[in-house]
Amino acid sequence: MKQRYYQEEIETMPVSEIKKLQERKLQKQIRHVYEHVPYYRALMDAKGVKPEDIKCLEDIRKLPFLSKSDLRETYPYGMLAVPLADCVRIQSTSGTTGKRVIAYYTQHDVDLWEECCARAIVAVGGTKEDVVQVCYGYGLFTGGPGLNGGSHKVGSLTLPMSSGNTDRQIQFMMDLKATILCCTPSYAAYIGESLKDRGYKPEDNFLKAGIFGAEPWTEEMRRDIQASLGIKAYDIYGLTETSGPGVAFECSEQHGMHINEDHFYAEVIDPETGEVLPEGSKGELVFTSLDKEAFPLIRYRTRDICVLTREKCACGRTHIRMSKPMGRSDDMLIIRGVNVFPSQIETVLLNEGYAPNYRIEVDRVNNSDTLDVFVELLPEQFSDTVSGVTAMEKKLANAIKTILGINPTVHLVAPRSIERSEGKAVRVIDKRKLHD
Amino acid sequence: MAIRQITAFVENQQGKLAEVTKLLADNGIDLRALSIADTKDFGILRVIVNDTDKAYSVLSQNGVIVKTTEVIAVELNDRPGEMSRALAVLDGEEINIEYLYAFISATPGRADLVLRVADNAAAEKALNAAGFKTA
Repeated sequence: MKQRYYQEEIETMPVSEIKKLQERKLQKQIRHVYEHVPYYRALMDAKGVKPEDIKCLEDIRKLPFLSKSDLRETYPYGMLAVPLADCVRIQSTSGTTGKRVIAYYTQHDVDLWEECCARAIVAVGGTKEDVVQVCYGYGLFTGGPGLNGGSHKVGSLTLPMSSGNTDRQIQFMMDLKATILCCTPSYAAYIGESLKDRGYKPEDNFLKAGIFGAEPWTEEMRRDIQASLGIKAYDIYGLTETSGPGVAFECSEQHGMHINEDHFYAEVIDPETGEVLPEGSKGELVFTSLDKEAFPLIRYRTRDICVLTREKCACGRTHIRMSKPMGRSDDMLIIRGVNVFPSQIETVLLNEGYAPNYRIEVDRVNNSDTLDVFVELLPEQFSDTVSGVTAMEKKLANAIKTILGINPTVHLVAPRSIERSEGKAVRVIDKRKLHD
Repeated sequence: MAIRQITAFVENQQGKLAEVTKLLADNGIDLRALSIADTKDFGILRVIVNDTDKAYSVLSQNGVIVKTTEVIAVELNDRPGEMSRALAVLDGEEINIEYLYAFISATPGRADLVLRVADNAAAEKALNAAGFKTA
């Protein structure tokens, strides 16, 4: 019989039992954090909340929020809740030097994360018979390691391809008969096109499903990818801070992502007031880890805007579903799967001796994101040759790449040619249509 | 002796070059020689004018990125093979040319070559030794 769930008992648990389980785990998690993370203890003390005040799930509203700035402030060890000796792994977001977010994992935390990814793989039809091609980046980025671990747990043959080198991806995909593809949706679309360019028809590959995340994508993109690869395309959600991909995943219904509620408690809040919104309202997604050891986060603000629903799902899973993120409550961009804040680019400009007058343009050309940075040239920097100016552009592009991990195209422009604004400067123009 | 050239950064957009030349025209600056190196995004305008200091201040005060660069001007007889002979002199001395532009002089039978090299003095010395007049 076809396996439908990785952990059936948990994934199909009646909602009332899930809530009881969450309540028990939440109390334990809060005590753990209060006892071991002085930074969060101080935040709780400032609000006059003690662990024993958390008697039911609703009491979570008494607790202070955490955001990315807290994680940066406590870099590198301030949020660690176990001795370093008990940790076995880190993962990290991209970020300016000293401003990265580092997430720590004990073996328990790695297992928990990989289990979440295993659930996602089984939900799209994965079994130990499958060949899972992982072309998310490996390394500090969570995409590769997460799906790699999940695939191991399922018992599938895992192809740890990492990103890029499309010729090799296609060779392994065809020769080793990969059946499940894991990568960013834009890379999936690119692989689809590359297969077509090489004369393959959608039915020529052995793929049946794809798990595509780490960047926003639309239903239109889903249709294109499904058609070009001849597969079903599923979304997966997660962020480094909460462990990585697999916090939530799409099931066979392709209608919202089930949040792994035994590990994460989700709330949707009004990003302005912090007020918790009722189910079905559009707001900012907030996560509380429920049984993490090394890097537990309480009420972590994701800045992703979405809607939660507990409507019954035909797949049989009872865990609450989140919509695809519909936008951000901050200015973060996701470019080729990498989180980019305009402030990071600004820091590089200042370090390289430019004025902070710039414009960032993001677009998607042939399913790949492009990043163009327009910067004003200062008179004293001007050399009188074309090669001098292009060398400066190249140097700046390299400096940005070092920080962001993605290659921008830098355009030096005349002084005062970038529009000034009285209020909040419009520094970012995103030409991609990422949200339906 | 080197002469001073005005170099301006001009964005590759409609009307941008006209803005610069209008500033020069409105201030009565006479262009003696001109060249543009262009890329997709920007161009570099190089001119020799009758009043370099005035051109520099007019442009910089109006927000144009501008600088002066010392270049050498070589007088050539306007007949086939003369430029080639001048360049061969520089090549013989292993003097690298960053850029050059040429124009027919107002004096009949004469052409001028504007050269940008790393070492003006060395280039002039070599050219003069080969019988070329420089300015």
